[in-house]
Amino acid sequence: MTDWFQVVIFVALVWAAAPVLGKHLFQVFGDQPQPRFDRWLTPVENGLLRFIGERGRPADQAWDYLRPLLLSNLLFGLVALAFLLFQPPWLNAQGLPAMRWDTALHTAISFLTNTDQQHYTPEQSLSDLSQLGALQFLFFTSAATGLAVGFAFIRGLCGRPLGNFNTDLIRGITRVLIPLSFLFALVLLVNGAPMTLAGPVTLRTLEGADQILVRGPVAGFEAIKQLGENGGGFFGANSAHPFENPNPFTNLLAMVAMFAIPAATIDAFGRFLGNRRQATLLLLLVTVLFLTLAAVAIKAEQGGNPLLAAWLSGPNLEGKEVRFGAGITALFATITTGSMTGAVNGSMDSLLPLGGLVPLFNLFLQVIFGGQGTGVAYLLVFLILTVFLTGLMVGRTPELFGRKVEKGEIVWSSLILLIHPLFVLVPAAITLAYAPALSGISNPGSHGISQVVYEYASASANNGSGFEGLGDGSLWWNLSTIVSLLGGRYLPIAALLLLAAGFARKTKVPPGPGTLATDTGLFTVVTGVVILILGALTFFPVLALGPIAEAFSLVGAP
Amino acid sequence: MSFLREGFKALRLTAALWLLTVVLYTLPLLAVGQGLFPAQANGSLLRNESGQVLGSTLIGQPFASDRYFWSRPSAVDYSTGKAAPTSAPSNLGPTNPDLVKRIKDMAATYAQAGIAKPAADQLYASGSGLDPHISPEAARQQIPRLAAARGVPSNRLEPLIQRHTQGRFLGFIGEPGVNVLALNNALDQIKP
Repeated sequence: MTDWFQVVIFVALVWAAAPVLGKHLFQVFGDQPQPRFDRWLTPVENGLLRFIGERGRPADQAWDYLRPLLLSNLLFGLVALAFLLFQPPWLNAQGLPAMRWDTALHTAISFLTNTDQQHYTPEQSLSDLSQLGALQFLFFTSAATGLAVGFAFIRGLCGRPLGNFNTDLIRGITRVLIPLSFLFALVLLVNGAPMTLAGPVTLRTLEGADQILVRGPVAGFEAIKQLGENGGGFFGANSAHPFENPNPFTNLLAMVAMFAIPAATIDAFGRFLGNRRQATLLLLLVTVLFLTLAAVAIKAEQGGNPLLAAWLSGPNLEGKEVRFGAGITALFATITTGSMTGAVNGSMDSLLPLGGLVPLFNLFLQVIFGGQGTGVAYLLVFLILTVFLTGLMVGRTPELFGRKVEKGEIVWSSLILLIHPLFVLVPAAITLAYAPALSGISNPGSHGISQVVYEYASASANNGSGFEGLGDGSLWWNLSTIVSLLGGRYLPIAALLLLAAGFARKTKVPPGPGTLATDTGLFTVVTGVVILILGALTFFPVLALGPIAEAFSLVGAP
Repeated sequence: MSFLREGFKALRLTAALWLLTVVLYTLPLLAVGQGLFPAQANGSLLRNESGQVLGSTLIGQPFASDRYFWSRPSAVDYSTGKAAPTSAPSNLGPTNPDLVKRIKDMAATYAQAGIAKPAADQLYASGSGLDPHISPEAARQQIPRLAAARGVPSNRLEPLIQRHTQGRFLGFIGEPGVNVLALNNALDQIKP
């Protein structure tokens, strides 16, 4: 019962925060005055812009926005890679050596793409300097890159120029990510997340064993990890580790932090469009989808594992912490995969079949609040496709927000939707075809298929969670997921910007009697159906082979 | 030429953002942590009277002897022993025979200790491998064993468990848990 109550509290907090933060985002990215921030931040930002030589001219063409994005992202990645490859043993308390080249490359790209898959054990691999200089740096810059793309897309769809990438990137960091993370970090710190550079403590336990406690600048790292929808843990156990997530209160905040910015971006979209009803309906749609999936996951985990009924009863606690319990861990799993964060406060691999199906389903759809900036963009792509499909059904020229939806929009939208299955299903098929040599599957049967598909889905969706039993530290996994990481990140970004730039150039047509209103309950329901059909159907066969087959194997188990 | 200029622009941007997000963001947090909340910032360390570190109140320890409350199974043995530090769950899938076997063996160990139906968290391995808590039910089940091993009457152990139980946040968020290290440390202070 308390599980459901906590779901309600969580959704209420997200909905309460959305308009407040949404207004803030609208002011930041809509060039509105913010007296309280401007006083302190405008001089800083202007100084930064002058230092880099940016005059802030808005981009006319998609390429003008994309070029600085790709250039700066390349450099961000190289900086991180340098830290990981050259981590000097004399510069860290534990004397850790540098990463192997393929793991370093995978890690740099994984964090650069806002994914944060981790094919290494942080405690044994990374110095505090690398955690901060490579990973925390990418936490901020990758989240701000996503946010910038999201708002460039929104601007284009609302008929405005795309904006200036460098300005968006800097303002996203100075006005959104740093202030929010700083506050969150303070709360985490007070609750027990360490903030020190003093290195690990070695101690003798009460029973006389030697225990090494790894510490570090965790609080600041953890805050942007959650808020930026990054998800890469300071520790191997991620948000299950008591230093990252000490108690149920920090867990609640961590959950709200994952949805805060994507929910607010939807709200901000309504303000850009001048139609807040449209945004509220979209927010309602993803909330309903989210609640449905969360209910499935929570119910599954509460039900427990029938194979173990001879020895224990109650919910499935394998891979879960006592302070969170089964229901909240299932809720966290739904949020972290819906939002493309990828932080976990328990083992995803040990979730029951339906509990594991929900995260996988979220990774396939990518819109249940979705990634930083890109979530709302994908949602609007579904809106474009729905306008097109319903337009076909009633025989009218499809229009969206006062502009005609034509061939270009449909081509880019379809491409955006097809990129994801391409980078998930093809590499998964190759891996499974050479299973013993490549896969590193640790759990037998259908569950093993889920492990492989999950890894690529997580890479391509830029999520970063995993069925972590998978032996993914190999050359094959490092290099093959890099393809999905990059493809799932930069191809949709390019397509989104091209779509938005083309859309903004169209002349506005006044709504006529043939215009289909998109801000109605009916249209929203149809959009939901289109999301489920187009987004999920492509992946249904692998769901059937993985979690669904596993679920059936448990039916009638002793 | 303009490409080169944009390259330099991106280079300066990278340097500026690195300074901002790594140095300027982290230093004030380190200062606040070390200055105002040193206990939390350094890992919530638990010390004995002579100042020796016994553990962290947030991190669990392995307990297997009869004289202590047992903690949960851990896939990484609470990051103890010769192995390098780590934290991880078992990642055993729900249909994995290894999971069934581990649960069965674990249940047998508990049956030998006189607990026929142990609380679920005593058989299931934790998410971090460092879980500091066990459920209140799991703690209470162990009272008879400890009372016998330590020669302490059961009615003195019950309040001890309660004192070291961390309740739900605001009464309804999260699950209650008994801090095993704190409880066992308190146990050591009791004069029989």
